[in-house]
Amino acid sequence: MGTELFQPTWKKVAWYAVLTALAVVILFPVYMTFVRAISQPRAYVLAGQPPWPVHPEWDAFSRAFSLGDLGRKFLVSAVVTTVIVAAQLTTSTLAAYAFTFLQFPFRRLLFYVFMATLMLPIEVTLIPNVQTIRSLDWLNSYPGLVAPFLATAFGTFLLRQGFRGIPRDLLDASQLDGFGHLAFLRRVAIPVTRPVVASFAVIAFLSAWNQYTWPRAVVTEGRWETVQIGLKTVTATTAEQNNLGFAAALVVALPILVLLIVLQRQIVRGLTAGAVKG
Amino acid sequence: MSRRTRDALVGYALLVPSAVIFVWFFFYPLVRLFVMGLHQQNRTGTAERYVGWSRFGDVLTGEQFTEGLRISATYVLYTVPLGLVLGVLLAVAANRRLKGIKVFQTIFSSTIASSVAVASVVFFVLLNPQIGYFSSVKFFSLSDPDTALRGVALSSVWQNLGLTFVIVLAGLQAIPDEVDEAATLDGYGPVRRFFRVTLPLISPTLMFLAVVLVIFALQAFAQADILTQGGPVGATETLVFKIFRSQQPIDQGTGSIMALGLFGITLLVSLAQFLLLERRVHYGN
Repeated sequence: MGTELFQPTWKKVAWYAVLTALAVVILFPVYMTFVRAISQPRAYVLAGQPPWPVHPEWDAFSRAFSLGDLGRKFLVSAVVTTVIVAAQLTTSTLAAYAFTFLQFPFRRLLFYVFMATLMLPIEVTLIPNVQTIRSLDWLNSYPGLVAPFLATAFGTFLLRQGFRGIPRDLLDASQLDGFGHLAFLRRVAIPVTRPVVASFAVIAFLSAWNQYTWPRAVVTEGRWETVQIGLKTVTATTAEQNNLGFAAALVVALPILVLLIVLQRQIVRGLTAGAVKG
Repeated sequence: MSRRTRDALVGYALLVPSAVIFVWFFFYPLVRLFVMGLHQQNRTGTAERYVGWSRFGDVLTGEQFTEGLRISATYVLYTVPLGLVLGVLLAVAANRRLKGIKVFQTIFSSTIASSVAVASVVFFVLLNPQIGYFSSVKFFSLSDPDTALRGVALSSVWQNLGLTFVIVLAGLQAIPDEVDEAATLDGYGPVRRFFRVTLPLISPTLMFLAVVLVIFALQAFAQADILTQGGPVGATETLVFKIFRSQQPIDQGTGSIMALGLFGITLLVSLAQFLLLERRVHYGN
């Protein structure tokens, strides 16, 4: 009797211990980055690089903004991300609508051609694409940073999956009422699939904000660096100042962390789209 | 105009915005890769001459490509199995009804907030040979060519942990409670239940994840760019790293062929993913 009563509690305690240990391991790298960010660099090294802050300087975060020009980099990242997300939502919605609700010759073939772009990551097409951007004189510019990402087959695929759940009768009925395709898209298709649209928007945001290889290739001036590229400079700074780079890394991750906590459900749904039960 | 004609016209019109981008930045560059591979440019990019298909064989069997491929393949081996095992471990641990479990789930998924660049800086703090907290650990030392790739891979494993956890957890939660209950009634202990019931049921999810992680690993660049600059002595120059460095006119031909090599590999892996997805969609219906 006693064991039956107590065992669940013991088990619970054991699980809490396991979960806490795992959480500590996962958070340790971030904790150490935080420690280095706020520690006075020279004093920290002299103290033998302990796992706790030495001479904490809390203004490291604000100095990262002034010294590392982080504010400008945030602006560039914000503009790039906003344009990419808005454009991808628009182009993907239109294409997905066509593939779901309209009949036209070569529809199937065109869908596969669209999906084929998923097999051409930017890493593969990097050299000719950078050349294109250079020949347009778009290096170090917003058009250069966003152009290849204004459309994505992933969004078309995801939204088409959502649109397919809408009964065709609804479209026929709305057309009998004299509504055109655009009205149906705005009043029925998008509102009904809002969760899918939201998940896609969140994923598009994450990948646009976190980009590295492309901006690294088309930006040569510090003014046009996104926050992610700005982080590379940490490796080039002297030991006296590298704490600012570590502070910057934490600040760069912060908006996404907030988003993750607030929009956890959308993010999880977006990330698991296709992974679990189609 | 008949409704059929009008529908077709509207359909094409709606595809145009995406199609412009796809042609401009996906298919045209693919053609350009072949053209650039067939030609050798001079140092300034002002003149080029045709060198022919033989260079494709030379480059794809050459030292630079095979070495990059070896490093990228090793990177896959370092990151994918370990990432999957840790992801399953975290998901199994966090998939239970406990007070406050949401807090742990949020912490376990938190590395999703980290970009490749952020993860690389975070591991710079841990592994940098001069200032790293773990710089004296020989097993993943960034200053030794034999172990540097392990250190770089560690940052990827950590960064992808959140994504792997979230997807495996979703897979576990999709298993109906009755399945576990039935297995328990049949006298299965927790370990046997995990290997005989849970693991087979989430294996499609794990397959999907494996493909995604392989593709991530094949595209690895920022990690090496930030943590090691490809060193020491080129030990962490992944395939994409080598492609990235081949942007001078004189290197573009070789770089383009290496990029096509990467494309071929990505194609095989993506094809596997697409077939898996198709099958999954089929099951869903």
